[in-house]
Amino acid sequence: MNITDQVITIIAEQALLEPEDVTPDSTLESLGIDSLGVVESIFAIEEAFDISVPFNANDPSATDFDITSVATIIKGIERLKAEQA
Amino acid sequence: MKRVVITGAGTINALGHDVPATMQAMREGVCGIGALSFRDVERLQIQIGGQVRGFEAEGRYNRQQMSLYDRFTQFTLAAAKEAITQSGLIFSGDVSAKSGVVLGTAGGGVSTWDDNYRAVYEEGKNRVHPFVVPKLMNNAAASHVSMEWNLKGPSFTVSTACASSNHAMAQAFSMVRSGMAPAMVTGGSESMLCFGGVKAWEGLRVMSRDACRPFSANRNGMVQGEGAGIFVFEEYEHARARGADILCEVIGFAMSSDASDIVMPSKAGAARAMVGALEDAGINREDVGYINAHGTGTAANDKTECAAVADVFGPHADQLMISSTKSMHGHLIGGTGAVELLACIMALRDGVIAPTIGYEEPDPECALDVVPNTARDAKVSVVLSNAFAFGGMNAVIALRKV
Repeated sequence: MNITDQVITIIAEQALLEPEDVTPDSTLESLGIDSLGVVESIFAIEEAFDISVPFNANDPSATDFDITSVATIIKGIERLKAEQA
Repeated sequence: MKRVVITGAGTINALGHDVPATMQAMREGVCGIGALSFRDVERLQIQIGGQVRGFEAEGRYNRQQMSLYDRFTQFTLAAAKEAITQSGLIFSGDVSAKSGVVLGTAGGGVSTWDDNYRAVYEEGKNRVHPFVVPKLMNNAAASHVSMEWNLKGPSFTVSTACASSNHAMAQAFSMVRSGMAPAMVTGGSESMLCFGGVKAWEGLRVMSRDACRPFSANRNGMVQGEGAGIFVFEEYEHARARGADILCEVIGFAMSSDASDIVMPSKAGAARAMVGALEDAGINREDVGYINAHGTGTAANDKTECAAVADVFGPHADQLMISSTKSMHGHLIGGTGAVELLACIMALRDGVIAPTIGYEEPDPECALDVVPNTARDAKVSVVLSNAFAFGGMNAVIALRKV
């Protein structure tokens, strides 16, 4: 599974949706993922990709890891993986 | 002061997954204690317990709920559903705004602590699930009950070791009696049957390796159990006005502190709690027909408790019955008083006294009618439920037939 499919699987599970109903353009807000769901999604992403996502729920915009949409999350993961390599 | 009645009861424990199954097992003197089954159990010296079997969280709760519900919360929600459904109460409007939930637990989410310590210490992981804290906190079960049933009044969790449930129910009772709340959901739960939970108890060297035999001369310690007992305490006129089925009346309670030793029980502290409950309920000692004992099956508790009963009741101590149902469901620690309240309800409502099973040899230091091994039909109108905790904190509740 590529990064996009993996992220979509994780986000769909959080949103209690089928993966087909989640696209790269979907925002977490539009999928109905609340603040606890965001934190749990980040945990799942860290576990799946073996990365550490800089995220503070007190100030989500303080980091350059943008969690607005599926696409921005994928971009953030790719960058973290590249830094790791 | 208002009168307070119980209009709903729910439970899950080693004897059954609901109240009817549990009471039937108590009537039949069934032993729910058996071989423990969980990870690393072979590294324990104590390998028996009153474990809840056949309770599958999967299917009962969805994935999101599972990530937030420790086993003690799962038990609590199952028992609360049974109790509140039986009561027929709908929490809305003013009743919702004023009614709350007060529960007891000693350890809270013990297996969540255990699982996550294992992950970070043993497995060397550096990341834990984000919901570890809301899952393990002692008030998690009470919070989820309040959310599920729309209880918006005073809610909190009481933690006084083995007396937690009795302290919690006493609090709920006094809130309804004072008129502060029309109804309260109360009781308690515990789920310590995991490697760390049993290993900790093992350290005290007070656990039996074969059976819980309260009051028997050959008793050799306590046996842990798990589960929940939940009740709806309701103001009497409120219950009558809506035609509720009343299980029994709660008529008084008392709490006392030994102020002496962190683990050894005190005859004086136990006696003061029983006397206090009689006074609070405004009853004579001769009115009491049955006492649900703390009866842990340890050498120290059982002889101290019997001596306290003899002191408080004088000649009447030989007339009343006293039994320990821990012999059947094990010691549910913070949840124990709640499950044992079912034996009190069964005595008052059905006229059946639950036995002390596993009783083999009379002990001159426990020379009371402990209802050995077989349940007994008897009409009783007033009963007491004892709980005497580590830390010397005692709570006794008095109930009456309605």
